Amino acid sequence: MLILDRLSKTYADGTRALADIALEVRAGEIVALIGGSGCGKTTLLRLIAGLDRASEGRISLDGESITAPHPGVGIVFQEPRLLPWLSVADNVAFGLADLPRAERRARVAHALERVGLAEHAGRWPRDLSGGQQQRVAIARAFVAAPKVLLLDEPFSALDALTRAGLHRHLLSLWEESRPTVLLVTHDVAEAVALADRAVVLRPKPGRIDDTIPLPLSRPRQPSSPGSEAAARTILASLDRSLRPEGEADRAKPDASALWW
Amino acid sequence: MEAAPLTLAAAPPARAARRPWRLPGGRTLTGLVLPLALALGWEAMVRAGLAQGRLVPPPSRVLATLWGLAASGELWTHVLASLTRVAAGFGFGALAGILVGALTGTLPLARRLVDPSLQALRAIPSIAWVPLFILWFGIFEASKITLIAVGVFFPVYLGVAGAIAGVDRKLVEVGRVFRLSRLELARRILLPAVLPATLVALRTGLGLGFMFVAAAELLGASEGLGYLLLDGQQLGKPDQIVAAILAFAALGKLCDAVLVGLTQPLARWQDTARDTL
Repeated sequence: MLILDRLSKTYADGTRALADIALEVRAGEIVALIGGSGCGKTTLLRLIAGLDRASEGRISLDGESITAPHPGVGIVFQEPRLLPWLSVADNVAFGLADLPRAERRARVAHALERVGLAEHAGRWPRDLSGGQQQRVAIARAFVAAPKVLLLDEPFSALDALTRAGLHRHLLSLWEESRPTVLLVTHDVAEAVALADRAVVLRPKPGRIDDTIPLPLSRPRQPSSPGSEAAARTILASLDRSLRPEGEADRAKPDASALWW
Repeated sequence: MEAAPLTLAAAPPARAARRPWRLPGGRTLTGLVLPLALALGWEAMVRAGLAQGRLVPPPSRVLATLWGLAASGELWTHVLASLTRVAAGFGFGALAGILVGALTGTLPLARRLVDPSLQALRAIPSIAWVPLFILWFGIFEASKITLIAVGVFFPVYLGVAGAIAGVDRKLVEVGRVFRLSRLELARRILLPAVLPATLVALRTGLGLGFMFVAAAELLGASEGLGYLLLDGQQLGKPDQIVAAILAFAALGKLCDAVLVGLTQPLARWQDTARDTL
């Protein structure tokens, strides 16, 4: 179980990025963190990854406090961040340096197979397309068998078709070991396609506005009535979260509030 | 019918290989046209008596002088002397540049402490050190090698320190996420990341090494290509001067090619146009 306990982050210049984030994610759950830009989604993931320290509050994974990068937490960044001097296979193996060679090879081969890049194992990252590079980054995170996998808008730079393919690859990897997944996104359809629960964030400072359960069976069809209803609920909630506080609920959403 | 696509597919590489004026690297020989035309033109003017060619010797006379020097073995003595000095000076200068650059690049305290002084020293034209070096190290090899080492040190130092400062924070974070120790981070992320810029800095340093070996030998030497230059000037032999210049050019290019050949495999992953180097 991943527990975020009243988490706050204030940067050195006084900017309050996050305030009082409280969230419990059970093992194997996929949670989508959704919100407009500037509501601290990336900051939150960096805290959980141990790359930054929280100003207040506590993060714990199965009772263990997280203050620095933790072996149980993996992250896929917004950009692939592959090491350009390593082949695709060596990039995937990057976090496995301590394993015996045979096991390392087997794990890497399996992960590459899963993301459909087995035949590209020996190539340089520069020879791959953006979507393929992001698949390598996903394989690199999964191969270390984390308990919690953080995804920071990993598909935002890709076209819709590539993104749908990557969703499939991600779910097929997830099915194997069922890690807890925290997915940051600004794409409602993505949240509906992947998550068990959508957590809507509100900006300035970033805090949790609403939680929407998504009890849909997998595999999911974006056009099914359940998915469409869920997407509408999230959109309405997002719209509300972006409106200034104090303003009464208006019946019609303002068009300018739909900018995300 | 089935054989047709195969032959089509095989044809282009074969044609490219047979094309004239093309070197293995895919480079053309177009660049040779201008110098060859100038050389042949001058040769023809001197032969035809249109020019005297006393101060600017025609290519045939330069080549004859070069051949004479090579045949007598004198050229190799001078080449070896210059090459030894460059090798020693480059070795010391590059090593020091890499070490100090790595130190100031990774430790902020070292950078604040050392970098301002080095930047101030860098503003001194290296030749200005010569009188002091001669007083300190005598007029023989030690002062020359020191001068070359100083000339090599600065570009290598600047290149290495700059490369370390410019390492992508995002890649360093990948190392942090996988909990690499400081040493592992340096070995697995910093070192490969700074390698290409370091190689470029080493090439710049080697070029400066040749510049300073010429300067050092002009200032007083009994052998070396720079001595050959000075000797040609004092005896009024422009053909010997040009021959020495040609030898310098060939030697410098050769050493650069060796350096590139040795180091290029280390940076073949780079997503850049390496062909242009």
